[in-house]
Amino acid sequence: MSDKSRLKEVLDHGGFAVTAECGPPKGADAQVILEKAELLRNRVDAVNVTDNQTAIVRMSSLAACVLLKGAGLDPVLQMVVRDRNRIALQSDILGAAALGVHNILCLSGDHQRFGNQPECIGVFDLDSIQLVQVARGMRDKSAILGGEPLDKAPDIFIGAAANPFADPLEFRVTRLAKKIKAGADFIQTQCIYNLNRFETWLSMAADRGLTEETFILGGVTPLKSAGMARYMKERVSGMDIPDELIKRMDGVPREKQREEGIRICVETIWRLKEMPAVRGVHIMAIEWESAVEEIAERAGLLPRPVIQKG
Amino acid sequence: MITAEQKPIEEIREMLAPYKRVLTLGCGSCVAECAAGGEKETAMLASALRMAARINEEEVLIHEKTVDRQCVKAFIIPLDDIIKSYDAILSLGCGAGVQAVSEMYQEVPVIPALNTEFLGETRDQGYWVENCLGCGDCMLYYFGGVCPLARCSKQILNGPCGGSVEGRCEVNPDIPCAWQLIIDRLTRFGALDRLAEIYPPKNWARKQGSGPRKIVREDQQP
Repeated sequence: MSDKSRLKEVLDHGGFAVTAECGPPKGADAQVILEKAELLRNRVDAVNVTDNQTAIVRMSSLAACVLLKGAGLDPVLQMVVRDRNRIALQSDILGAAALGVHNILCLSGDHQRFGNQPECIGVFDLDSIQLVQVARGMRDKSAILGGEPLDKAPDIFIGAAANPFADPLEFRVTRLAKKIKAGADFIQTQCIYNLNRFETWLSMAADRGLTEETFILGGVTPLKSAGMARYMKERVSGMDIPDELIKRMDGVPREKQREEGIRICVETIWRLKEMPAVRGVHIMAIEWESAVEEIAERAGLLPRPVIQKG
Repeated sequence: MITAEQKPIEEIREMLAPYKRVLTLGCGSCVAECAAGGEKETAMLASALRMAARINEEEVLIHEKTVDRQCVKAFIIPLDDIIKSYDAILSLGCGAGVQAVSEMYQEVPVIPALNTEFLGETRDQGYWVENCLGCGDCMLYYFGGVCPLARCSKQILNGPCGGSVEGRCEVNPDIPCAWQLIIDRLTRFGALDRLAEIYPPKNWARKQGSGPRKIVREDQQP
């Protein structure tokens, strides 16, 4: 088992990377993670583990990453700034690298209001861009925030998120530039349903040379039903689902809607593969990891490249 | 100013239950401006408490008085003459007022009648909004006069996050996205390039790095 980021190697070698999301369980059962690992093994290059997503208490992302690592997969540790201050975040970066977790994804995190601990304090000591910058300093300068040196720098591949569908569009590209300047090696986008808007954002980014400075992974989520599409459009801020897509989901009988969701997802990936600035996809099959294999297969993403161990 | 809202009267009555002689003490400053603890609200609360006591056949004496500022010792001192007549003070000051009065009268319990809310402005009649955290290191210049720490739900210094849609915050569409306001203001001033730089992590030491804060100015001392 390589002790480096497989995701980085695939991208560095010019491959079209595939990652998938894995949500830890609301419980202490390691088996749940190991079963998800089997659904994703050899279908993706890396597995992205959410960090108490939607502010709901779950098994820690780091613990789940270590379980995946033990099963031979390449985990991506999501780190949100909602729950930990700069001491804890830096400490967890060191711990993750020591445990063989070599990818991190720096995020703000969903606001605590949406979760099952709405009375908690939201920490937000750093923002996501500052976390990227801090992580880069730890890796490249072997120093923590403030400059104190580390005995050993963490070997990490650093990611950040971008939402091409939130407002204001113009500033979305500036913010992408800030994330890259902070040190984002790769960028994972919000779920893409509105390909026109995505292409506008991408070409604005390309005009500023940004797509050459980072690896952009397009985010996709297969819709399970027309109801889910409507819910996401109406209730999830920054989620852009065109009406035609909802109509298309509505146009098939309920029992066929999952199939239609997968078809839309596969078509989206084929479109993304045609965009030279897109260097991979991130499949977020929410609590539906079993769909990843079919999506990857039909989108022509299998088999995954074998990385030469060196 | 400091904003506050009155606690439910049931909660106030519960806290007052052991006391027979109560001075209801208003404050004529911030909490008067936000209509929570000024002279008028103090009179109304005292009379509501007297009425509740009468209905429940409780033998209590409830007086009322309003000072200009409960948080300034010089304005509290006049209470020296009357304080002995009471076994509790019900303060309609903010948290600072309650504690300043407590500090002056160590033997008398001072009970808060208000929930102190935030540092804010009166945006309109009956409408107050939070816009300052008192962080000790004002950054409003950089952000076009809109504070992202007080007004962005995630306190992002390099925003906006992915939840900003049509100028609204993802936490609640009633909340304007502070970052949209910042971008609009700086665009108007032709200063949007100020945001191209990554704003570094906030120095919270100015707020909580040495425990509770104080300001000591010898030039102001006698």
